[in-house]
Amino acid sequence: MNISQTPLYRRRKRLNQLVMVLCQLATLIGFAFLFAILFTLVTKGLGAISPSTFVERTRMTGGGLGNAIWGTFVMTCAATVIGTVIGVAAGTWLAEYSGKGVMAKIIRFINDILLSAPSIIIGLFIYAVVVVPMGNFSGWAGVLALTVIIVPVVIRSTEDMLRLIPNSLREAAAALGAHRWWIIVRVCYSGARAGILTGILLGFARISGETAPLLFTSLNSNQWNFFDLGSEMANLPMTIYQNMTINAFIPDLVALAWGGALILTAAILILNIAARYFSRQRS
Amino acid sequence: MSTSNAIPASGLKHLSDATRKRLQRKARIDVWFERTLFAFALAVLLLLGAIIASLMLSSWPAIQRYGIDFFTENRWAANVEVFGALPAIYGTLLTSFIAIVIAVPVSFGIAIFLTEQCPGFLRQPLSTLIELLAGIPSIIYGMWGMEVLAPLLRTWFPSVFPAGTGLATAGIILAVMIIPFITAVARDVINTVPAVMRESAYGLGCTTWEVTRRVILPSVKGGLVGGVVLGLGRALGETMAVTFVIGNNLFLNTTLTGQGTSIAALIANQFSESDGNQRSALLALGLILFLITFAVLAFARYLLRNSTGRHA
Repeated sequence: MNISQTPLYRRRKRLNQLVMVLCQLATLIGFAFLFAILFTLVTKGLGAISPSTFVERTRMTGGGLGNAIWGTFVMTCAATVIGTVIGVAAGTWLAEYSGKGVMAKIIRFINDILLSAPSIIIGLFIYAVVVVPMGNFSGWAGVLALTVIIVPVVIRSTEDMLRLIPNSLREAAAALGAHRWWIIVRVCYSGARAGILTGILLGFARISGETAPLLFTSLNSNQWNFFDLGSEMANLPMTIYQNMTINAFIPDLVALAWGGALILTAAILILNIAARYFSRQRS
Repeated sequence: MSTSNAIPASGLKHLSDATRKRLQRKARIDVWFERTLFAFALAVLLLLGAIIASLMLSSWPAIQRYGIDFFTENRWAANVEVFGALPAIYGTLLTSFIAIVIAVPVSFGIAIFLTEQCPGFLRQPLSTLIELLAGIPSIIYGMWGMEVLAPLLRTWFPSVFPAGTGLATAGIILAVMIIPFITAVARDVINTVPAVMRESAYGLGCTTWEVTRRVILPSVKGGLVGGVVLGLGRALGETMAVTFVIGNNLFLNTTLTGQGTSIAALIANQFSESDGNQRSALLALGLILFLITFAVLAFARYLLRNSTGRHA
């Protein structure tokens, strides 16, 4: 009898086909959900966006999202700058100086915890140590909350990228008489630059969409606030949140929230694609 | 840590004064460079300590006042100053559990499809798409859940989801949110299996499913579970995706589809208008959430320690 006719063979084949169909089904379901979300976002969002959306401030009667977009941009940039300094420095120490010490293990572990810590907890923390002593919600508090979120991302990518630099490069530079800091700054950083930049961009994308850490730190405002980080600062995620909850009885504001959601998502997807492009240039 | 790189003066006798000074200055820069970097690394350590300490300090009044009642009281009633964490803890754990139950089979299915079945020309675009989707901010998921999913559930299953919103709805939204994340981790760890292992199994006559089930999955078990637990950590601490759809019912409701609340949602809703005991109680809730996620993430780290893929 041909082996392909035995019951065992047929059973194995049927099971295989069944599971493979289930996997395809899972793929379909997964992507269907995600496309449904993007579809809703585009259909509801596009109608609410016009050129004035980007230049007008938020009003109870609608208006635009100009102040919120600007506020998010300023706070995200400030947090990224501070976070880059701290993150690159700490990541460099982990990759170049820590060796196999216990201290490095602990710091790496803690960094992993911070990397996935709930962002609302970060908001509570900054509220307790910044907002309460200062006495009011402020852009700076928002910046610090976002900094706490981006630092672990930058540390992780800096360390990973520096570890990819072959030791022979460091040894060659040392043999030429370069000091260690000079090797790190001129040899290691120039080799890992694209990778570190990718990490920073991904971190930038992530914090620009964070809502929870801003709830009790920068709060929100419907006024233009260009650089006064000492007072409440408007931002896109909070504006979307408030328009969808406490202001949900005003249809114009709900529509505006969807417009804002589309702008935010599009910006984040573009940043992610840019980060991907940078990392491809490296390899 | 390396020791000081300063050059002993005796070894530099043959050099001119100027050269010696220059070398010693560079060596000093070396030492201070390392110290500065170390200080920044230490700051990360202090940050975690500061988070835990500040949460403990500011939640201490509530812990002292309510003690064990905080965990047994089954309602959160700010107007009479009765604060029970039970509804919120129940909601947090249940929604995350529902999310994992839905997300794990779907994510693993997608990962197996992407690594074992998918035609070559689709593999890269689909993988990239999954990774891009993992970057969508969570508030978008919450909005979609409130505006699209909840009304749909109410229309389709009015007896199960009378309000559309509720714990199960929040669980579904969380599942959709963590599917791209778990899929990306699972695909990465499955890709670490050497092609030789796959080929030998196929060479023995295994079907694709048998190769996956008997060879691939066992060899990356730790990494897969680690990825799932990382996804669980996300779901537990998620605020925005949940707040919109969980119903915000502050009384314990031990059903699957009823309305409830979660720790993150409760904090997001009440914190800015709270003061005194309520504020302290909310901070105590935050501390509980942090400890839960800390334990979950440490467990994930332990499971992932041997797999090569490192993930957020």
